[in-house]
Amino acid sequence: MDWAFLLETTRQLLSGVPLALQLAVLSLGAGMVLAVGIHAAAVSGIAPLRWIAAAHVDLFRGTPLLVQIFFIYYGLGQVPAIRDSALWPFLREPYWCAVLALALNTSAYTAEIIRGALAAVPPGEVEAARACGMSGLLLRRRIVWPIALRHGLPVYGSEAILMVKATSLTSIITLTEVTGIAHKLISSTYRVVEIFVAAGAIYLAMTFALTLALSLAERRLGAHLSHRRS
Amino acid sequence: MTGELALLGFGPEGWGLPLTRATGMTLAAAVCGFALGAAFGIGGAALKLSRRAVLRGVGQVYTTLFRGVPEILVVYLFYFGGSIALTQVMNLGGFPGFFSLPSFVIGVLAIGIVSGAYQTEAFRAAFLRLDRGQLEAAAACGMSPALRLRRIVAPQALRFALPALGNIWQSVLKETSLLSVIGLTELLRQAGIAAGSTRQPLLFYGVAALVFLSIGKLTGAGLARLERHLARPWSR
Repeated sequence: MDWAFLLETTRQLLSGVPLALQLAVLSLGAGMVLAVGIHAAAVSGIAPLRWIAAAHVDLFRGTPLLVQIFFIYYGLGQVPAIRDSALWPFLREPYWCAVLALALNTSAYTAEIIRGALAAVPPGEVEAARACGMSGLLLRRRIVWPIALRHGLPVYGSEAILMVKATSLTSIITLTEVTGIAHKLISSTYRVVEIFVAAGAIYLAMTFALTLALSLAERRLGAHLSHRRS
Repeated sequence: MTGELALLGFGPEGWGLPLTRATGMTLAAAVCGFALGAAFGIGGAALKLSRRAVLRGVGQVYTTLFRGVPEILVVYLFYFGGSIALTQVMNLGGFPGFFSLPSFVIGVLAIGIVSGAYQTEAFRAAFLRLDRGQLEAAAACGMSPALRLRRIVAPQALRFALPALGNIWQSVLKETSLLSVIGLTELLRQAGIAAGSTRQPLLFYGVAALVFLSIGKLTGAGLARLERHLARPWSR
């Protein structure tokens, strides 16, 4: 193993970390906002809204992310209405296409996580709150949302980790995040193993940090339940 | 609209035949990758359930590494790494020049190893759900380990693992699209070629998406039926 080369490679790959994290954070944030809207549509009383929400979830969970990225990056420019719109300066950029694709993709998964988390709230707790006279926003803020958050957080954590890994696909539409730099280095030096080890270590470190932060958050949210364990 | 239909048809203008062939390639890569992953998964589960700490450690490193690193990096590792290794071996053997492995083999290997890491967890969890008493009873009846595996362990573990394996199959199917970057003419790459030569990316990427969606839905329905079938002996 050539340590000097490994160190130099790691230094170069690390310069792609800010872009990867930026893509992950932006798309997770936008995806969460979208997911809340999709979930609201999925449980609304208006049938067409429910159909759109169901189709959105099916479509983005059932097709490969890479197809979604290509559809947005290469496909949208074909529509004259989009080319002439105010959005074109953004959608022309691979960066914003990547953010859009990642956000739409994660919004479908996040909407399902929200649905599952809310379904896991025990009906007895809601009934008890109603019996105490709570309703509307008070009931949600005090009873439903805290319980749903505790159920949803671990699942959302795995989704966030998947998104950090998914940012690697944006290298295919020319973004130079960690995988993009790794691909460039591999094709110029042909030292595959060292570069894979360095890039792999960077991704593992990112996901490990995320796992650690999530388990900390989980422990804090469940602090009042800790006496039930062990 | 009729122009677009002709583009997707089987006529001289149409991309129907190449797209159908590419769909077959996608299915072949997904099935082979998933089957190889099952072999890795059963091996990985055996490692992680081993009595020996060293073997458990190997299993742990395998699942942590290949579940934590993006699939596309693994594809690059096998594609470039495999070609370089083969070239070195061939050059040593007296054949000068550059050699590369077929992208189908590389792709199936990469997908198999990554999905094997996920399948390891599915098989391990299924094995741990088996009733210990049944295993002891089978041993007490004098069944050999191989017979126990075939009669007691495999039928139940498969049933317990099936829901998780179904999810892994769906992601394997979608992961095959990554093999377009190493030149395998599967669905996404064929759609890209068609989109480039007809300047209709919206149409062809849309068709590719719908084909992926339909394969996922159809196989998902099949797996749900299989799940019900395997659960029959336990339902009354």
